[in-house]
Amino acid sequence: MDRNAEWRDALRKEIKAKDRTTIERVEMNELEASYRRHCREEVNQGLTAEQAIQEAKRCLDCANPTCMQGCPVGIDIPGFVKNIERGEFLEAAKVLKKTSALPAVCGRVCPQEKQCESQCMQIKMGKKPVAIGYLERFAADYERESGNIAVPECASCNGKKVGVIGSGPAGLSCAGDLAKYGYDVTVFEALHEIGGVLKYGIPEFRLPNAVVDVEIENLKKMGVKFVTDCVVGKTITPEELKQEGFECLFVASGAGLPRFMNIPGENLINILSSNEYLTRVNLMDASSDDSDTPVFKGKNVAIIGGGNTAMDSVRTALRLGAERAMIVYRRSEEEMPARVEEVKHAKEEGVEFLTLHNPIEYIGDEKGRVKAMRLQKMELGEPDASGRRKPVEIPGAIETIEVDTVIVAIGVSPNPIVPSSIEGLDVSCKGTIEVNDEMQSNSIPTIFAGGDIVRGGATVILAMGDGRKAAAGIHKYLSEK
Amino acid sequence: MYKIVKKEKFSDLVTRLDIEAPLIARSRKAGHFVIVKLDEKGERIPLTIAGSDMEKGTITLVIQAVGHSSSKLCAMNEGDEIAHVVGPLGKATHIEKFGTVVCACGGVGTAPMLPIAEAMKKAGNRVISVLAARTKDLIILEKQMRAVSDEVIIMTDDGSYGEKGLVTNGVESVINREKVDLCVTIGPAIMMKFVSLLTKKYEVPTVASLNTIMVDGTGMCGACRVTVGGETKFVCVDGPEFDAHQVDFDEMMLRLGAYKEIELQAQNK
Repeated sequence: MDRNAEWRDALRKEIKAKDRTTIERVEMNELEASYRRHCREEVNQGLTAEQAIQEAKRCLDCANPTCMQGCPVGIDIPGFVKNIERGEFLEAAKVLKKTSALPAVCGRVCPQEKQCESQCMQIKMGKKPVAIGYLERFAADYERESGNIAVPECASCNGKKVGVIGSGPAGLSCAGDLAKYGYDVTVFEALHEIGGVLKYGIPEFRLPNAVVDVEIENLKKMGVKFVTDCVVGKTITPEELKQEGFECLFVASGAGLPRFMNIPGENLINILSSNEYLTRVNLMDASSDDSDTPVFKGKNVAIIGGGNTAMDSVRTALRLGAERAMIVYRRSEEEMPARVEEVKHAKEEGVEFLTLHNPIEYIGDEKGRVKAMRLQKMELGEPDASGRRKPVEIPGAIETIEVDTVIVAIGVSPNPIVPSSIEGLDVSCKGTIEVNDEMQSNSIPTIFAGGDIVRGGATVILAMGDGRKAAAGIHKYLSEK
Repeated sequence: MYKIVKKEKFSDLVTRLDIEAPLIARSRKAGHFVIVKLDEKGERIPLTIAGSDMEKGTITLVIQAVGHSSSKLCAMNEGDEIAHVVGPLGKATHIEKFGTVVCACGGVGTAPMLPIAEAMKKAGNRVISVLAARTKDLIILEKQMRAVSDEVIIMTDDGSYGEKGLVTNGVESVINREKVDLCVTIGPAIMMKFVSLLTKKYEVPTVASLNTIMVDGTGMCGACRVTVGGETKFVCVDGPEFDAHQVDFDEMMLRLGAYKEIELQAQNK
C-alpha cells in the first residue's frame, strides 16, 4: 500500500482532518421519479468529477482504514479515494481492479451502507460516512467512458486448464483472478448470455447491461474463454471436463430455484416467480415490441417479499405500465432485507407498501388467471431465531385485494443440477455445497465452489469475494500439487 | 450457432430437422429435451429430442407449426443456423423390463416417443405402439415406429387411415385383450388427460411426458410448474415425465394458455 507515497502524504496535509469532517456528504444525482418510473434509464446518474473530488476530500485517509474491514473483497479504499481526490481517476480505477473484477457493478449494487461505509471513521465523529460506493462507481465509469480501460496484468500462461461453472459474479471474479495467475480459464454458462444474475436478474434501471458487457469484454482480453448454452452436468459432465484436462473446477452455478409459498391458487396464470418475471424482461427483453418473448403487463401488480429482488420486480412492474404496484411483506419495514436506497427509490416512484400482510390464498377467474389475493394481517411479536421480531397473525383480520399479476420474490434455493452430477460431493441438507475457508470442497479437492450455490442466497459482492478466495485456493492447490 | 443439416417435411405443419449439436447428441437419452432460441430476438422454447446420430453429431427434432416460433423454425432450411440450442435437459425416461408397454402417441408426440419405444424394446419389453392423429397426413414416423415395436395400431379421427377413432380406443382395445404393465403417453395435453383417465380406470401404471411453457429450462424460472399428486413440481428438472394419474391436466391446460391472448395481439399487429 502506498499510503506513505509523497503525493499522498502531501494530500493529507493539505486539508486538516477536522475540516474534512465539515464537508457535507454528496447526494447522488438521480432521474426525477415521475420521469424514471416509465422508462428503463438508469436511475442513479453518477457523480460529476467536481462532486467526486469534493467527496473524496471527506476521506480522512486513516492509518488504520476500518472501511476495508467492511469490504468482502478487501478493496484498498483510501488508495482509490485519494487518487480521486488528486484527480488521477484512471489510477483510482487501477487500484480498484487490483482486488475487484467488476468495480462498475459493485459501485452500483453493493450494500455499502452495511459494509465499507458502515465502518467509516466519519460515523464515529457523528457525521455521515464517505460515499465510498458512489466514488467506486465514479472511478470505474470514468475509466470505461474514457476508452482507456486498463487490462490487468496477467502472468504468462502456465498451460493449466481450470473450468468455471456459471458466469455470474462469483464465476466472473474467479475467472479474472485465475487469468491473472496465468491459468487457461474457460467459463461455462447455461444461458445464451454471459453475466448470470447481473443480466437476467438486476434490471437495466439499476445496472445497465452495457456496463456488465464491458467488464466481460475485459475478461476476454485477459484470455478468459466463454462457452454459452452449456449446462455442466447435462451437456457435459464434470468427469468429462476432467478427461479434457481441466485440473480444477469452480462451481458457481447460483441459487437458481425459486421458492413458492405453496398456498391455494399459487399456480394460477399471471402468478410467477421474480426469477421468471425479471428474466423475461431483462434477459429476454420481453417488454420490447420486437421481442418474441411475451410478458403480461399487469395493471394491479403485487410483489410478495421485501428483499432487493422484490424491489427490482415492483419497480419493473411500474415501468411496464402498472397503475398500482404493491409490496406485500409479512414483517414491518424495519425488518425488510432490501437496501434502504431501493426502498426509497421505490417509494418515490409510487410503490405501495403493504407491510405486516401475508398472502394466504389467490382467487382466479374463469380462465384460470389470478384476480384477487387474500391477505392475512400480521403484528410483530417476540424476536425469532433471526433476531427479528416474529410476525404473528391477527385473528380474523383478512383483506381481499384485486390483482391481475403476482410476483413471488421470497427467495431461492440452490440449483441441484451441478451438485447432483458430481459423485461423492459434500452437499448440505439445504442443497448447498460444503466448502472450507479456501472455498475448496470438503470431499473432493479439485472441486471449489462459491456464491449462492454455497451460501444459498446472498449478495453480488459476497459471491465475488468467494470467487477471489477460490481462485487463490485453486492457485495454492495446483502450485503445491 | 447450430446448423440445420437435414430437413424433411412430414406434412404442411410438421417438419423434421437434423441439427448439428455434437455435445447434446453424445449425452442425450430417451426422454430428454432441448431449449431452442432461434435468433437474437427469439424466445426460448422447449422441444423434446426425437433422436440423434452420434457419428454425425446431430440431434433430430420434429416440430409442429403451432405458434410464432415453431412456425419460424419449420420455415428454416438446410444450411440455416439456429442461434442457440441447449440441452439435453430434464430427466431421462426410466427404462427397465416392465413386460408389455403401450406407447400412446398423439400427432407430433410420436417423434419424442420413438427413442423411448426403442429403449423399451431394447430392455426386453413387448412394445405396442398406438399412433393417433386427426387424419392420415398427420401420422408420422410409422415405419420407424414399426421397426421398434412388436405391433403398431393406427387410429385416425376421420378414419382416413388405420382404424377410425381416438388414441384411447386403440389403447383400450389392447388393455381388453392382454395384460399391460405400463403405458407411456406423449401428445397434446387433452389427449394425455384422456389416456390417463382411461388407464386409471384399468389400473395400468402410466407415464406422461409433459411439454409446458418454459424460459430457462434448468429450474430457474418456475414457468413450467405443474401440480402432481397435490404438490407443485417443475417440469424442467423434476420431469418432463410424471405419473400421469397424479398430474392435474386441467391446471396444466389453463397454464399452457397463459400467453395466448398476448400472442394473438402480436400476430394481429
